[in-house]
Amino acid sequence: MKAFLSGDEAVARGAYEAGINVASAYPGTPSTEILEAIAKYPEIYSTWSPNEKTAFDFCSGASFGGARVLVAMKHVGLNVCADSFFSMSYIGATGGFVVVSCDDPEMHSSQNEQDNRHYARAAKVPLLEPSSSQEAKDFVKIAVEISEKFDTPVLLRLTTRISHSKGIVELGDRNEHTPKGYVKDFKKRVILPANARVRHRVVENRLKELKDFSENFEFNKIEDIDTSVGVITSGVSYNYTKEVFPTASILKLAMSYPFPSELCRRFAKRCKKVYVIEENDPFIEENLKIEGIKCTGKEKIPLVGELNPTKVAVSFGLQKAKKKTTFKIPPRPPVLCPGCPHTGVFYTINKLKLVATGDIGCYTLGGLPPLNAMDSCVCMGASIGNAFGLEKALGSEIKDRLVAVIGDSTFFHTGIPPLIDVVYNKGKTTVLILDNRTTAMTGHQEHPGTGKTLMGEKTVALDLVDVCKGIGVKHTYTIDPYDLAETKRVISREVKRNAPSVIISKRECILLSKKKRKPLKVDEETCTGCKLCLRLGCPAISLQEEKAIVDETLCTGCTLCAQVCPKDAIG
Amino acid sequence: MTKSILICGVGGQGILLSSDILAEVCMNSGYDMKKSEVHGMAQRGGSVISHVRYGEKVHSPLIGEGGADIILSYEKLEALRNLSYIEKNGTVIVNDMAILPIPVASGEVEYPQDVIDKIKKHASNLVVIDGLGIAKSTGNIRTLNVVLLGVLARHIELAYENWLAVIEERVPKKTIEVNKLAFESGYRSK
Repeated sequence: MKAFLSGDEAVARGAYEAGINVASAYPGTPSTEILEAIAKYPEIYSTWSPNEKTAFDFCSGASFGGARVLVAMKHVGLNVCADSFFSMSYIGATGGFVVVSCDDPEMHSSQNEQDNRHYARAAKVPLLEPSSSQEAKDFVKIAVEISEKFDTPVLLRLTTRISHSKGIVELGDRNEHTPKGYVKDFKKRVILPANARVRHRVVENRLKELKDFSENFEFNKIEDIDTSVGVITSGVSYNYTKEVFPTASILKLAMSYPFPSELCRRFAKRCKKVYVIEENDPFIEENLKIEGIKCTGKEKIPLVGELNPTKVAVSFGLQKAKKKTTFKIPPRPPVLCPGCPHTGVFYTINKLKLVATGDIGCYTLGGLPPLNAMDSCVCMGASIGNAFGLEKALGSEIKDRLVAVIGDSTFFHTGIPPLIDVVYNKGKTTVLILDNRTTAMTGHQEHPGTGKTLMGEKTVALDLVDVCKGIGVKHTYTIDPYDLAETKRVISREVKRNAPSVIISKRECILLSKKKRKPLKVDEETCTGCKLCLRLGCPAISLQEEKAIVDETLCTGCTLCAQVCPKDAIG
Repeated sequence: MTKSILICGVGGQGILLSSDILAEVCMNSGYDMKKSEVHGMAQRGGSVISHVRYGEKVHSPLIGEGGADIILSYEKLEALRNLSYIEKNGTVIVNDMAILPIPVASGEVEYPQDVIDKIKKHASNLVVIDGLGIAKSTGNIRTLNVVLLGVLARHIELAYENWLAVIEERVPKKTIEVNKLAFESGYRSK
C-alpha cells in the first residue's frame, strides 16, 4: 500500500513498523508532527514531555527495560538533552534507541542554523540522513537494527525540507517487539568514573566496528554514470544534486558518521573531480579533506541558508543568478493574530517603557513593530535568568522597569529552575507568564498545564499559581489581558515590588477560543484618525483615507482597540 | 518532464490545504510527486509559499528561482514578491485581491498601486482572476480556494474528474455541491 506522507509522518510510520514501544518529545518546528502522527498508533505509548531532556530520560528508562524507543526534537532540542545524549552513548541501548533531530537550515522557525551532524561525532554515535519520506520511514527501521546490533543510540537527522516535504511512501507491516524485561547491569548503566572509563573503551571499539559497517552499508550508494564529475552528498542535497547533475556519478551517504572514508576514496579515484554538495556546515567535506581526498565544496556552495536546485546550479556556474526584481515590496512579517491575548500585555509593556527579557513562542512576535516590546530572546527558558542577571548587575538602575516574559509551555519547559534561582539567590525579579493554555506556536499541543495528554487522556492540570507558590514566590497575581486598565495597574505595581513576583496573564489562545464575540465597528464621524489603535498591531485594523477601519471578517471582538481609543469611536 | 507549481499567499488563506489537494490529484493521476512548505513561525499571517512538483520521477521538493512553470498567488503583492521563481515562459495566475501587511495597515509604508502592471512586465503569461467575485457568485465566499484551484486546473493537464474526486473527499460533506460549482466556475472563468 502507498501513502502520501511528510518526512515527519514517515518517521512516525517507521516507528510503527519498527516495533517502537515508547516515544516522546517536546514540540518544536520542524519536528512536531512526528509525535502527533505517532499518537495515532495505539501500539506505541507516546507522550508530550515538559522538555527534550525529560523526554530523552524517559525513553532511556524505557530502553533499560528492553523497550524500543524513539525521542524526537528540533535541532536546538538536542542541546537541551545533550547531557543525557552523551551519557547514553556510553550506556548504550538495551532496547533499540532512535534519536530524531530535525534541523532547520534557513531558520524558517528557529533561532540558529546549527548542524546536528556534529553531535554524532561529538557523542560517538552513528548518524543516518534520509533524503526522502520513503527513506525517513525505512531509516527508522534500520536505526533500530543498528542500535540493537551495536548497543548504541542512533541519531536520525532530518532537515526542514525532509520533515515538511510530502512524498509517496510504500507502507509495510508492524514488526511487533516485546520488551525483554529488566536485567540489572551496574557496570553498564551506573556511569561512575570507574565504570565510565571501561565504557569509553567499549565506545571506541564500537566506533571502529560501526566504521566497517558504514564502509559496506548498502544505502551508502554509488550511482555510477559519467565519471568526469563525481558528487558526494547526503540528505535533501542529494535531490538537488540529481536535478542539477543528472549525468554525474553520485555517492550518496545515508550514514555519514562514522565516516566511510575508504568508500569515498574509491569513489573519488575514479572521478576526474569531486564536488561535495551539502547544506550548512562542511561536514562531509572536512572528513574528506582529513583523509586527503581532494574535493570542492563550500568554496562554491553557500554555508548560510538552505540550498535549492537553482542555488546549486549557480554555485557551480551552470546557471546565471537571476536578478532580483527591484520593486519596493512592503514586507509581510508574521504577526500576533487578531484577538491574541498577548497583544494587550505587549501594548502595556510598550506604554510603560519596560525592559522585557523574552522567550520562545508566538509571543516573540511582540518584539516586532509596532509593539516593540521585547528586548531579548535567547532560547527556551532564558527570559527569567536573563532578567535576574540584569537586575543583579545593575540594581536599582533597572530593577523597577524590568520584566521577564515567558509562555506557559515554555515556563514548564525550562522556566522553573531559573525562578527557583531568583527565590534562592534573593532576587526581586518580576515574571510575566503568558498563559494561553496551550503550546501555540507549534500548532496547539498539550502541556502539563492543560489537563490532557498527547494520547488524549485526561490528567491533572498543573496550576501555575501553585507551582510558583511551591517554589517560594509569595506574590502571584492573575490578570485578564483583555482588560487593559487592570493589566497596566498590576504590571506597573509589581515591577516596583521589592520581592520576586509572578503575574499570570491568563486567557486562552484565540485560535482555540470557542466564544464568539461580535466584531467591532469604527464610527467614521467620531474617528479623528489619531492612529492610537494602530499601535496594537492588530491585523484587523487598518487606516484608510485617514480613518481607522476594522475588518469584520478578521475582528474577534476582543475590545482592546475600543479601550485604547481616546474618542470612544470603536464599539 | 517535471512540472513545478508554486502556490503563494498570506498565512490563513488556506494555501496548505490547496496544495494538499493539488498533490493528491497528482498522485491519483499516477505521477510521482513532492510538495514542500514550512510550518511554525511562517504561518502567523506572514507570507506563505508551497512548492508542488510532479512528473515521472521527482527529486527536489523545492522549486528554485526561475524554475516555476506556474505561480498561483492568492494575493497580488505575494505574486510580485515571488516573481523570481517564474520560468521565463511560465504562467502567473493572480487572484486580484489585496491583503494589507501590518507595516501598510499601520501607515508606515504604502501598498504599491500598480501591482498587476508590475507583474505584467515580468511575466510572459499572466492570468488575473477576480476569485472573490467568482466565489461570491457560487453563494459561498469560502469557496475561494477551490475557485482558484479550478483556474489552475485549466492550465495543467490533470483530468477534470480526478480533481472533482479529491475535492469531494477533502471538503465538508455539506459543501460538496457548492465546491463542485466553485471548481467549475474557476475552470470556466475567462
